[in-house]
Amino acid sequence: MLTKNQIAQRIAAELKDGYYVNLGIGIPTLVANYIPNGINVVLQSENGILGMGPFPFEGEEDPDLINAGKQTITKLPGSVIFDSAMSFGMIRAGRVDLTVLGAMEVSETGDIANWKIPGKMVKGMGGAMDLVASAKNIIVAMQQVNKAGESKLLPKCSLPITGLNCIKKVVTELGVYDITERGFELKEVAPGVTIDLIKQSTAGRLVIEGDIPTMIV
Amino acid sequence: MNKVYKNADEALHDITDNMTILLGGFGLCGIPENSITALVKKGVKGLTCISNNAGVDDFGIGLMLQTRQVKKMIASYVGENAEFERQLLSGELDVELIPQGTLATRCMAAGYGMPAIYTPAGVGTEVAEGKEVRRFGDKDYLLEYAFDADFAIVKAWKGDTMGNLVYRDTARNFNPLMAMAGKITIAEVEELVEPGELDANFIHTPGIYVNRIFKGANYEKRIENRTTTPRP
Repeated sequence: MLTKNQIAQRIAAELKDGYYVNLGIGIPTLVANYIPNGINVVLQSENGILGMGPFPFEGEEDPDLINAGKQTITKLPGSVIFDSAMSFGMIRAGRVDLTVLGAMEVSETGDIANWKIPGKMVKGMGGAMDLVASAKNIIVAMQQVNKAGESKLLPKCSLPITGLNCIKKVVTELGVYDITERGFELKEVAPGVTIDLIKQSTAGRLVIEGDIPTMIV
Repeated sequence: MNKVYKNADEALHDITDNMTILLGGFGLCGIPENSITALVKKGVKGLTCISNNAGVDDFGIGLMLQTRQVKKMIASYVGENAEFERQLLSGELDVELIPQGTLATRCMAAGYGMPAIYTPAGVGTEVAEGKEVRRFGDKDYLLEYAFDADFAIVKAWKGDTMGNLVYRDTARNFNPLMAMAGKITIAEVEELVEPGELDANFIHTPGIYVNRIFKGANYEKRIENRTTTPRP
């Protein structure tokens, strides 16, 4: 079973040289720590920066320089600042190559829910609805099972939807899934995880074909 | 032409109850601190506030929630404010949550003189309820209207007495968009300079959009989420 950092590490293996990448809040943010050697990517944060650098050293935090998670960050040579309309303009226009998001639920048809639990938690969608409506290549990083032991890979989302038919790949603590017209296709299994556990932890349609390779992390 | 005001109290003198106000900033970054303090002091009520976030409990727009001055909040993300969540769940506060890019682009549309825009954000979600959907190519889009706000209040790094503005780093965010979108735009700046001192090639907001400007005082610039890298 993967830790949150290992989920991030596995997603980082999807990065390609020259990619412009938007990382959401939570596990997705950790992907930046595992960018493979020899690969250069430019990180976009939707509050208005391309070329987001690492967190600053203590004492060098700048309140005017944050990412969309409101964390203090730094600039890099070649960084550029822009306003929020341009930021979502480049997202809407399909210029961002890869988007990594967290989710509360994902459905077997690629719907995602991650912004509201009616009557309980109302945080808002932030930029998530814009991202899922426009990004061509979205990977969801999430825990497959909630604290009550229930699967979050579902036939249909029970929570309010963030976007329809938009998720193509999910990486969880248990495995890597492609979402196709057949449902959740298991592509890789995490070290130490059995196919039985995958089956128990997937409420939506699950497709397991041939030998499933073990994830390299 | 005199756009220069002495302070926030004077620049905001004619804001009254039940008005709609755009407020710049993202989280606590680039928010018009002096103007928010002045609004709290002034005690105007029944406001509709449009801003990406609602501050935190004791800073930013959160201060205006504590004093119950906000009737309606239009925002994209409000996760950092317990008082906001309480007022929302109890029904005391009317809240419209909209996608962040939609919020930005509805400001842009107002500033560019366009009545509405089409965006794919929110199609198939509760955000789409009651909205016109139109198909372009093989994709559906929602019709979203430009904002119509009485005032826009923004924060810039530097401004000149003609109202030209320059923002600093990600404190830019929604500020230049909202600056274009108010019927009356008020800018508070850290440094107020004479015309000619800002390089015309690097001005972000042309002064034509800015009606009033004042030099803010005592910026706290609170950091919401301080993250650091250990020194090697």
